[in-house]
Amino acid sequence: MDFGPYLMLATLEGAVTAAVLALTASGLALVFGIMRVVNVAHGEFFMLGAVLAWWVTDLMGATPVLGFAIALVVVPLMVAALATFADMTILKRINYDPERTIVATIGILYILQQVTLMTYGPDARPVTAPFNTRLALPWFERTEDGISLYWPWGLSITSYKLAVIGAAGGVLLGLWAVMKRSRLGLMMRATEQDREMALAFGIPVERIYALVFGMGAGLAALAAVLVVPIQQAHYLMGGDPLLLSFIVVIIGGLGSLPGTVLAALLIGLSDGIISVFFSPTLAKILATLLVAMLLVFRPQGMFGERRL
Amino acid sequence: MTKPKTTQTTRRGALKTLALGGGAAATLPLWARYTSAQTAAPVKVGFQVHRTGIGAAYGRWYDRTTTAAAALINEQGGINGRPIEIVAEDDGTDPKRGAEVVEKFVSQHQCDVGFGTLFSHVVIGSAPRAGELKLPYFVVSEGHHVASGMLNRYTLQPGITDVKSQVQAMAPFVAENLGKKVTMIFPDFAFGHDHRDFFTAAIEAQGGEVLEHIAIPPTETSFTKYFPKIPRDTEVIYHVMVGPAVLTFVKELGEFFGPSRPEIFGFIDSLEAVDIASPGLEFLDGTYFWEGNPRYAQDNQSDYDAFFRARVGVDANGASISDPKDVSTYAHMFGCWETLHVIKAGMEAAGYQSAADRGKLIEAVEAIEEMPHSNAYPQGAKIFNGKTHQVFGHQYISKVVDGKLLLVHTTSIEDTLYPDEVDYTTQPL
Repeated sequence: MDFGPYLMLATLEGAVTAAVLALTASGLALVFGIMRVVNVAHGEFFMLGAVLAWWVTDLMGATPVLGFAIALVVVPLMVAALATFADMTILKRINYDPERTIVATIGILYILQQVTLMTYGPDARPVTAPFNTRLALPWFERTEDGISLYWPWGLSITSYKLAVIGAAGGVLLGLWAVMKRSRLGLMMRATEQDREMALAFGIPVERIYALVFGMGAGLAALAAVLVVPIQQAHYLMGGDPLLLSFIVVIIGGLGSLPGTVLAALLIGLSDGIISVFFSPTLAKILATLLVAMLLVFRPQGMFGERRL
Repeated sequence: MTKPKTTQTTRRGALKTLALGGGAAATLPLWARYTSAQTAAPVKVGFQVHRTGIGAAYGRWYDRTTTAAAALINEQGGINGRPIEIVAEDDGTDPKRGAEVVEKFVSQHQCDVGFGTLFSHVVIGSAPRAGELKLPYFVVSEGHHVASGMLNRYTLQPGITDVKSQVQAMAPFVAENLGKKVTMIFPDFAFGHDHRDFFTAAIEAQGGEVLEHIAIPPTETSFTKYFPKIPRDTEVIYHVMVGPAVLTFVKELGEFFGPSRPEIFGFIDSLEAVDIASPGLEFLDGTYFWEGNPRYAQDNQSDYDAFFRARVGVDANGASISDPKDVSTYAHMFGCWETLHVIKAGMEAAGYQSAADRGKLIEAVEAIEEMPHSNAYPQGAKIFNGKTHQVFGHQYISKVVDGKLLLVHTTSIEDTLYPDEVDYTTQPL
C-alpha cells in the first residue's frame, strides 16, 4: 500500500479507537474528578455494556436495527442503575475513603467479571450492526495531466464506523453542555470544588455522588454498545479499555474533560498509526512511556490543575 | 494377694475364639471383593480443559467429545474391565495454571494419566511438570512441539496431527491451484510460529514464496490496522487465527478487500465455533479452508463419522443438535475421542493396573503403529510414530460454496510425513 492511503486508513482506524476511548475515559474522568474515586471496575462496566447489548439484541431477535436502537438507550441506563446501586451499597458505606474505594472497586471488578462468566459464559458473541456498508475511499495521485483521483486497494471504512465516530462526538458535546450549562452540571461542579461547602449550600452531595458514579458507568456502557458490532462481546474485554482509560485520564489531567478528550484523540490516533506502521506492541509501549514521562515532568497532566 | 493368671483353655474361651474365627471366615468373600476392587476402581483420566480464557469455545466442545467418548468406552466394558472416569479441571487457557492442574491430577486426584490440552502455550507450560511427575500426558494440540523434541517422553500426541505435517500437505494445493505469492497472517505465539516456519519452507519447496508475515497477538480485538501490510501483488492470503475475536478478524478481512480480494486459503481455526453463514462472511464464498475433519457431513460421509456425530450430539452442519447456533470445533475435537481410544488401546496392551504401570503404558503406546478408520478413529486412518510421539493422518481441504464447506481434496498420509526430529524412546522412563 502507498504511504498516503496507508496513513489515511491508519488515521481512520485510530479515529474509531479514539472515539470509543474518549467516551470510556470521560466516564472515568467524571468519577475521579467529582468523587475522587479511582474506579478500577470501570472496564467491567464497559464489558457489561457490550454483554447486555448482545442480550438485548438477541432477545429482540427479528430486526437488528430495532434491537440495536433499544440496546443503545436501555443498556447504558441499566448499567448506570447498577453502578448507582453499587455506589449506595458499597462506596457510600466506606465513606469514599481513597484506599478503601480502590479495594472495593477491585472487588466489584471481580464480581462483575465472574458473574458474567457464570451466566453469559466464556464465548465471544457478535452483535449485528444496524447498518454496515463498505465505503471505498479515493486517493489522489499526480499524473501527467495534473492531479487525479483513484481508488486504492484496501482503503475503505464502513458506514457504521463513521457513525460511531459521529455518535461519540455528539455524546461528548452533550456531556459538555450538561456540565457547563445545566443546573445539574452546576451542582456537580460545586461538589467537585468543595464538598462541604456544597453541602452547606443545600446540594444533595450523596445523591450527586450516586448519580455521577452511575453516569460514569453509563458512559462506559454506551461506548461498549457502540463498539460491540465492530468487536464482539466477551467477558474479558474490560481489561484494555480500563488500562487505556487510565492512560488517557492521567495524560489529560485527572478530572479534566477537555484534557481527557484530547488525550483520547492523541492515544487513539497514535495507537492506530503506530500499530499500522510499526507494531501494536510498540504503540502500547509508547503510550505507557508517555504516561511515565508525564508523571515525572507534569504530574497534573496536560490540562489538570495542580492540587495541593 | 493376687489371683494367679491362668493360661488354661476354658470352654468359654474356646467358644469365643471359634466365634471370632467363624465371623472372620464369614467375611472372607468380602475381603476377596475388596482385593479385586483395587483393579475395579475407575481408571482416572485427568482432563485439562480450557473452560475459560481464550480457548473456551474449544474447551466446551473438547469437553462434550470427551464425555461422549468416555460414555462409549464404558458401555463397551471400560478399560481392562475398569470404568473410565474423567476428572476435568479448568486451566483458564493459561500456561501457569496448566502446570498447576497437572500437579493436581497427580497429587490430589491420583489420576492415571493427563489428557486433553489444546493451546500450544499451555502444552509447553504444562508438559515439563508432567514429565517430572512421570504422568503420561496425552495432548490434543496440533503443535509441532511434541514431534520437534522440545518436550519429554511422557508427552504424547496420538490423536491429532501436527501443524508441520498439515501445512506440508497444504502447500502443493495452494501453489498449484491458488497462487505462489503468499501473505501469511497468523497468531503471534507458538502455534502461529509453527505455521509461519513450516508453511514458508513448504511453499518455497513448491517454488512459491511468502511475501509478508503478519503476526497478530491472539488477544487482539481489532484487525484492520494490520491489513495494509499485505503487499499489493499478493496472490493468496493464508490466514490462521485463534482466540475469541476470530469472527471479527475474518469480517474485517472481508471489509478490507471489498470486491477485489485475492485468493484466500485459511485454516478453519479462524472460524472454529463460528457459523460460516454469519453476516459479513459472504465474501468467503469461493475461498478454501484446511479442515482437520469436515464440519459439514459430506455426500460420501463414512459410517464412522455419522456414528461420531450422533454420539457427540452434532448435526449435519457441524452444530449442536440441541442448538443450531452452537457451532462445534469439528476440525479439532475428534482428537479427544481418538486419544481416549488410544489410551484404552495402550492400557490394554500394557495390562495397566495402577500408577506403577505408567512406564509400561508409555511403551505400549509407543508400540502402536496403525490406527484403522473405525468408530474409534472416525476422522480417518492414522499412522503413529512411536519415536516422535506424533500421529500422522489425512488432511482435508474444503471450499466455501453457498455458505457451506464442501470437501474438494483429501491428502494422503504420505503427503504429511517428514523425517524424524527426535527419538523419545531413548530417554529414560
